[in-house]
Amino acid sequence: MAELTLQTRRMPASRRAGWIVLHVVIILGAMAMFFPFLWTIITSISPGMGLTVTPALIPENPSLEAYARLFAERPFGRVILNSLGLAAATTIVQLVTSTTAGYAFSRLPFKGRGVVFAIYLATMMIPLQVLIVPLFVELKTFGLLNTYLGALLPTFASAFGIFLLRQAINQVPRELDEAATLDGAGHFRIFFSVVIPNIRPALATLTVFAFMGSWNSFLWPLVVLRKPELQTLPIALAGLQGQYTTEWDIIMAGSVVSILPMLALYIFAQKYVIQGVASSGIK
Amino acid sequence: MSVSTVQTSILDRSKPPELTAPVRRNRTRYALTVLAFLLPSAIPLTLFVLGPMVAAAWVSLQKWNLISPMQFVGLGNYEKLLTDPVTADVFLHTVYYIAGYLPLVYFGGLALALALNTALKGRSFLRGVYFLPVVTSWIVVALVWRWLLNPSNGIVNTVLAFFGIDGPGWWSDPAWAMPSIIIASAWKDLGFVMVILLAGLQAINPDMYDAAKVDGAGWWRRLISVTLPLLSPSTFFVLVISLINGFQVFDQVYAMTAGGPNGASTVVVQQIYDLTFRYGAAGEASALSWILFIVILAITLIQVRGQRRWVNYG
Repeated sequence: MAELTLQTRRMPASRRAGWIVLHVVIILGAMAMFFPFLWTIITSISPGMGLTVTPALIPENPSLEAYARLFAERPFGRVILNSLGLAAATTIVQLVTSTTAGYAFSRLPFKGRGVVFAIYLATMMIPLQVLIVPLFVELKTFGLLNTYLGALLPTFASAFGIFLLRQAINQVPRELDEAATLDGAGHFRIFFSVVIPNIRPALATLTVFAFMGSWNSFLWPLVVLRKPELQTLPIALAGLQGQYTTEWDIIMAGSVVSILPMLALYIFAQKYVIQGVASSGIK
Repeated sequence: MSVSTVQTSILDRSKPPELTAPVRRNRTRYALTVLAFLLPSAIPLTLFVLGPMVAAAWVSLQKWNLISPMQFVGLGNYEKLLTDPVTADVFLHTVYYIAGYLPLVYFGGLALALALNTALKGRSFLRGVYFLPVVTSWIVVALVWRWLLNPSNGIVNTVLAFFGIDGPGWWSDPAWAMPSIIIASAWKDLGFVMVILLAGLQAINPDMYDAAKVDGAGWWRRLISVTLPLLSPSTFFVLVISLINGFQVFDQVYAMTAGGPNGASTVVVQQIYDLTFRYGAAGEASALSWILFIVILAITLIQVRGQRRWVNYG
């Protein structure tokens, strides 16, 4: 606080006023941004939110009843495990496919590489919805509807991830490769012991994006996983709305449950995410 | 898309090798290495993106309900869609969404980025708060906003009532359904736009501002003549991405209104979903998907072409 006043005292009065207004506006804005989350939490611990009641800002009888009912009346434990498993698998596979492709596009020249890379990037522009019907039929043919594998397969390679990793690998100094080659290392050795250790921030960024993409994905799991026991969180949440049309405490409890893991992951990797977005050439 | 070409053109020109036995063996080994690194991504992309893309074109020429055999109808589906007023409606709703959403996220994100780019206490914490909705699932955001905007006992209408204002029916009212979706979407994406623009602002050389100050330019003048022109690559990126995503808007519509009431908020992708899974018209849905893809592609290409006029890559 002392530091604050010192800093402001040195400014001319008009700038000081502007400085204070800026802070007030930004903090009020942040509170407004955060309010929906706060309201979600408040609602989830205010039992019996029916059709006509608006919860109080400070709940009179806070309780975790809605959470207990969520897990007792719906297979929410299973749903969370489904989401966690799919997100983890997607993330691991995408880390493999993106780093290997990134290495090829950065370090392994071959004829037509530019064209292949352009095709890879173009897949980013194809709306998932264009693919839904043929994908559905394809997986039906292979007998993969209502299987975890069916939900996973289309997420195995991501153009965004490949682009991100290629950019990162391009920034690993080539002198390191050359030194390793002189020591007799082939491409596989260089990949594992030179490149991978030098692209950890990019790997962290991709981990967050891949996990987030899977954790939050809706349309494809909705189409391919029709059995209740296979449902993922977003679909189960959308279903809650149908079943408990007016019991907002339960719906909001489900929302809180689905936000928490992403929040934890985000706090863990926040500095990488912003760095990663900023350094991928998007600016 | 031309990012890679510079580099490859240099590297691709290896000397024409004499094909002695060891060289040939080496080349085979190199080819195998390339395949080993490329196939893990090439196989899924071919099988689950490029293949289905081509298949969708084939399905779009059929009458098909996903169950009984297909029946070839040529361009019949396209003809039907292009003369159906519902198609115009769903595209209009989508454009309405974009027209409401884009100015909100762009100017909101710009104001935030400008503010959070100054020496502010707790800057990274505040950036985190604004970014939080970005990592939250659309379904949760939609549910939360349905609750905030609940016509009878939502907090927004409760507060409005406190000030003696009779709040609208929000998502339950055909006239207010799309504005409700726009508000929720802007809230969710504000942080993302902010991060992109922040990255752009930080790439601007501070000397530019000093030079402008020496010339006596005030804050507003510097914003218009220095910041905005130099920020144009980021603005361009936000515009391209927002339009690509905007035309594909679905999750929040599905979860907030399912396209209702009375189809008032049915966007293109909602219609594709309904055609496929509610009306059993997979052929028509595929045709509509292709029309959407072509619209997105055309708009993106127009933007890429037009960027020369206003995007300043310094």
